[in-house]
Amino acid sequence: MNGPIIRLFGLVVLLFAVLVAFTSRWTVFEAEALRDNPANRRGLLAEQRIPRGAIRTADGKLIARSVKGRGDVYSRRYPLGELFGHPVGYSYTTIGRSGLEASENEVLTGQSDELVTALQSLVGRRQEGSDIVTTLDSGAQEVARRALQGRTGAVVALDADTGGVRVMYSSPGYDPSGLDDTKTYSRLSRDDTARPLVNRATFDAFPPGSTFKPVTAAAALDSGRYQPSSTVSAPSEKVISGVPLRNFGGEDFGTIDLTTALTKSVNTVWAEVGVKLGRRRMQEYMERFGFYEKPELDYPRGQMIASGVRKRDGLKKVTSDSVDLGRVAIGQGDLAATPLQMAMVAATIANDGVRMKPHIVSRIVDPDGRTTDRIRPKRAARVISADAARELAEMMKNVVREGTGTAAALEGLEVAGKTGTAEIDIARRINDPWFIGFVNDTAVAVVVERVQGGQGGTVAAPIAKDVLQALGER
Amino acid sequence: MTARNRELIALIPASLLVSAGFAAVFISQDATLSTAARTQELSNLSLTIGGVFLALCLAVHIVLRFALPHADPYLFPLVAVLACFGLVVIYRIDDELAREQAQWFVVGLVLFVATIVGLRDFRKLERYRYTIAAASLILLLLPRVPGVGQQANGAYLGVGIGPISFQPAEFAKIALVVFLAAYLKDTRQVLVLGARRFLGVTIPPLKHFGPVLVIWGATMLMLVFIRDLGSSLMFYGAFMALLYVATNRLSFVTIGLGLFALGAWFIASPAGRVLPGTGQVEDRVNIWLDPFARGVVEKEGYQLAQSLFAQADGGLFGTGFGQALITQPGGKGVILPAPETDLIYAVITNELGLAGACGLIVVYLLFAQRGFKVAMLARDSFSKLLATGLAAVFALQVFVIVGGVTRVIPLTGVTLPFVSYGGSSIVANFVLLALLLMVSDRARREAVEP
Repeated sequence: MNGPIIRLFGLVVLLFAVLVAFTSRWTVFEAEALRDNPANRRGLLAEQRIPRGAIRTADGKLIARSVKGRGDVYSRRYPLGELFGHPVGYSYTTIGRSGLEASENEVLTGQSDELVTALQSLVGRRQEGSDIVTTLDSGAQEVARRALQGRTGAVVALDADTGGVRVMYSSPGYDPSGLDDTKTYSRLSRDDTARPLVNRATFDAFPPGSTFKPVTAAAALDSGRYQPSSTVSAPSEKVISGVPLRNFGGEDFGTIDLTTALTKSVNTVWAEVGVKLGRRRMQEYMERFGFYEKPELDYPRGQMIASGVRKRDGLKKVTSDSVDLGRVAIGQGDLAATPLQMAMVAATIANDGVRMKPHIVSRIVDPDGRTTDRIRPKRAARVISADAARELAEMMKNVVREGTGTAAALEGLEVAGKTGTAEIDIARRINDPWFIGFVNDTAVAVVVERVQGGQGGTVAAPIAKDVLQALGER
Repeated sequence: MTARNRELIALIPASLLVSAGFAAVFISQDATLSTAARTQELSNLSLTIGGVFLALCLAVHIVLRFALPHADPYLFPLVAVLACFGLVVIYRIDDELAREQAQWFVVGLVLFVATIVGLRDFRKLERYRYTIAAASLILLLLPRVPGVGQQANGAYLGVGIGPISFQPAEFAKIALVVFLAAYLKDTRQVLVLGARRFLGVTIPPLKHFGPVLVIWGATMLMLVFIRDLGSSLMFYGAFMALLYVATNRLSFVTIGLGLFALGAWFIASPAGRVLPGTGQVEDRVNIWLDPFARGVVEKEGYQLAQSLFAQADGGLFGTGFGQALITQPGGKGVILPAPETDLIYAVITNELGLAGACGLIVVYLLFAQRGFKVAMLARDSFSKLLATGLAAVFALQVFVIVGGVTRVIPLTGVTLPFVSYGGSSIVANFVLLALLLMVSDRARREAVEP
């Protein structure tokens, strides 16, 4: 009988091999598919057991923290409410994540810890997230909110030296606390007029109007084709791309230099400069400033859009014949830019022509209180020469000293800036007022949406002034 | 070195494993709990369980030294490894359950010793074959008797008399193997010699094949009445294994499997639906075919789907002891149902990964290997068949539950021997071990002193 017994044992070996094969199938080969199965809630549930790290402002205010509830479940609290709703976002098992909560999820849940000892992996590591200290400034953010006075718009302030985002406020905001109530969430997400869940600083593009002229000026100076003292004729009307273009208010300036043309925001001059520089050069400089790509911000890519000439079928390069180069040079002609992009323009000029990679995270602090990572400033591109940048800065200081941007002037400090008034509905005099500018290393961009009769100099410049002042005090 | 000294040395890894296992669970729970008092209590409890466990193993070892000096030296240490591993995993799920399991462990060991000492010569069992067969049938039908039967998940598996409840199938499997071994020992010659060849197939004589058909009928009945696909697979598989070893005729097994398939097909067919309880079997099969189907995954397929999800989280090396997500955070419900019984393999895979699961399967395979080795060493037919049957039914039980949890076959409620929580399972399997060791002792003694 021993023969059959051996064969029977062979069958048992075979059966057990099948068990091993199937266990491998589920643990290794098909594990990914099982984890992605919509019926699998283990990942979400496991996440609830992890105390997420806190998020703080640069000045130490708590923006988000996890609170232990019944059992071992943690839930998210946002003590500052809607003030940081847009940059920081939310994290709930019911509606998912957005903002920093989404882009920094691995850090906040402690998944990015690589140092796991053998013993730790055997006994199972209790997962705990790291804290994030941001570059955001609670005081200036509050100032931006108050200055906007509930009007729709956005304010972005950057540290020009490091690329740190110090203010990012988009109005209307939303309070991430209690957003996991699906009724509240669906009401906010369905509001197509106010769109409170859309971060206008990164995900909404507006015609930048005259605030784009510094980009044209940068190309003009850096390419060596123009100096600040170069003179250009500035009649009240010029034919650009076959269509007459008029100055604001139809004014005739005679022949003036570029500094004056920027100070008085003369359309006919800058449109002609743009056309003379040519499509390829304008495209090149725009790309160096960061146009035509999503910003390299530590923020969800799905919540950012690229700036540039936007037609019905998406982004169009300036080199395309369908683009009205002259009008793009003065911030019109279907050009649309995010407030973040325009803040990057101002910051680049402030930083002697070097564009820094923007970031919101300043440092990462592990559960034991040790700083495990400090975000170092990273150069994104040399956009224009330092000389050209300094010349342009001088021209922009003149704008605030005696031009359209006097409302942004700060006592004792020299503010450089540029106003913009994008005409949205000429008949009803509805504009998007803009202001971009900087003092020392602090750059700011402000846009207010659809203000009747509003101009950059009167509506946006005072907001920029308040924010710059708040940031300058620190 | 004598067999018993080998056994003593082989118990060392088991003792190391139980210490390491409890230490790991203890550390992981220590990290979770903050209060020092609770930590102290836990550490005391874990050390007590570990210490008592080791003392028991040593006591049994000493009994074996006197009662069965020649018995296989590896079977008992392998069981000790399995049992202590199970204890650690159950402790990790629920320390109260682990305490109960430890008590059952003691009861099992007592019955183990009682079997060895009380029975003295296992060949006595041969004489009571029909009594044992009848007893096993009654045991299997008990769960359907009103008043004492208990139903779980649509299957009638438990019996409750007063405060005691047990799963008769665990004991019936041993009784069935004893009966089959005794019966086939007598009839194996006639089954082979009396067989005729018909159309190229060897047909056994109907007269002697009758009782075999009765068992087939009983198995089918179990499917219908007990609604327990797992147990019937296990029993019928053990029966086929014994029939094959007894006669060395693959054709008999082919016929047997054909009959089983026919019965299963009938039960699943529209005609079979008139029988009570056949829907249960059909449901299990449908769940097995697609546990993720819409409307199934939340209800009937929940258990299997969650088992697979839990295994997927395990990966190669697992999430670590104490990390498996079993209950909803906040204690609002169970994610992984029956983690200490049916799905304990999924918990193990989750926490120790593919590596840990393979280790466990290898231990089971080693146990089966030692069991078949005992059968090969044995001289007489009854001993050979008994050892083969016991090893086969044990291996099949592992296959049925692990195969169910890993979706090789439909999932049914069978315990993972020595590892799952459950008094009946522990006690019955210790009796199984006692019988195997008795056969082994006799076989090896005869080999030493002819």
